[in-house]
Amino acid sequence: MSKRVELNIKVPNQTSYLSMVGQIGESLAFSLKNYRGNRRELAYHLNLCLTEALTNAIFHGNASDPEKYVFINISASDDDLIIRVYDQGRGFDIDARQKINAQPCDEGGRGVNIILKLMDEVRCVKEKGVNVLEMIKFLH
Amino acid sequence: MQLKMTEKDDAVILTVEDERMDAHNSGNLKERMLQLFDEGKYQLVIDLSTVRFIDSSGLGALVSGFKNASARDGSLRLCCLQPQVRSMFELTRLHRVFEIFTTLDEALENQS
Repeated sequence: MSKRVELNIKVPNQTSYLSMVGQIGESLAFSLKNYRGNRRELAYHLNLCLTEALTNAIFHGNASDPEKYVFINISASDDDLIIRVYDQGRGFDIDARQKINAQPCDEGGRGVNIILKLMDEVRCVKEKGVNVLEMIKFLH
Repeated sequence: MQLKMTEKDDAVILTVEDERMDAHNSGNLKERMLQLFDEGKYQLVIDLSTVRFIDSSGLGALVSGFKNASARDGSLRLCCLQPQVRSMFELTRLHRVFEIFTTLDEALENQS
């Protein structure tokens, strides 16, 4: 992959699309020709981070509203992978969520921490009034 | 979520027959476990041999079952985890919470 590849995905605000979006992340990991790390592990991690980010957008950002959509932009080069997940709602405060460190027997609260552990840079920003969760994975 | 239920002595074995456990289907497992607790079945073994992918929602459903079993003096054991699923328990430190067995027979042998 010498040129940057961009994928733009728009899915209804429904959990039935989690698998499809996760699979796109896995396929992308196997298409990175110059990646020298553990490709199967990267594929699993991209599937997982996309699944967690989309789940957050569906339930927290878009407040489970089935009329809304989640937009995902994936940009890949030989050097990095940038994933942006846009919701149409209130977004979520990643710093506040980070402080909710799930205790061993808590049922929830692990999703954001999983993303933070597996991606190299994570931030929540507002772009033209839209909430964006940006995740970056460096490939070297 | 496709779940197969079998019983052996006092134990109920729930085999997850989907490759993915995520926010779309994990609620089914949680509900099924609650039904079993309502029926007085507190010794559960969850066979995850088919599961290739688990996210925080899937882990949360298992934690819910574990807590509910423990509250009733029962148990919830896990067996047959694929390596990447096992790695999720380690990433979230849940391998310190659950009893995880390599095979179904081992999980049944260690049933209280």
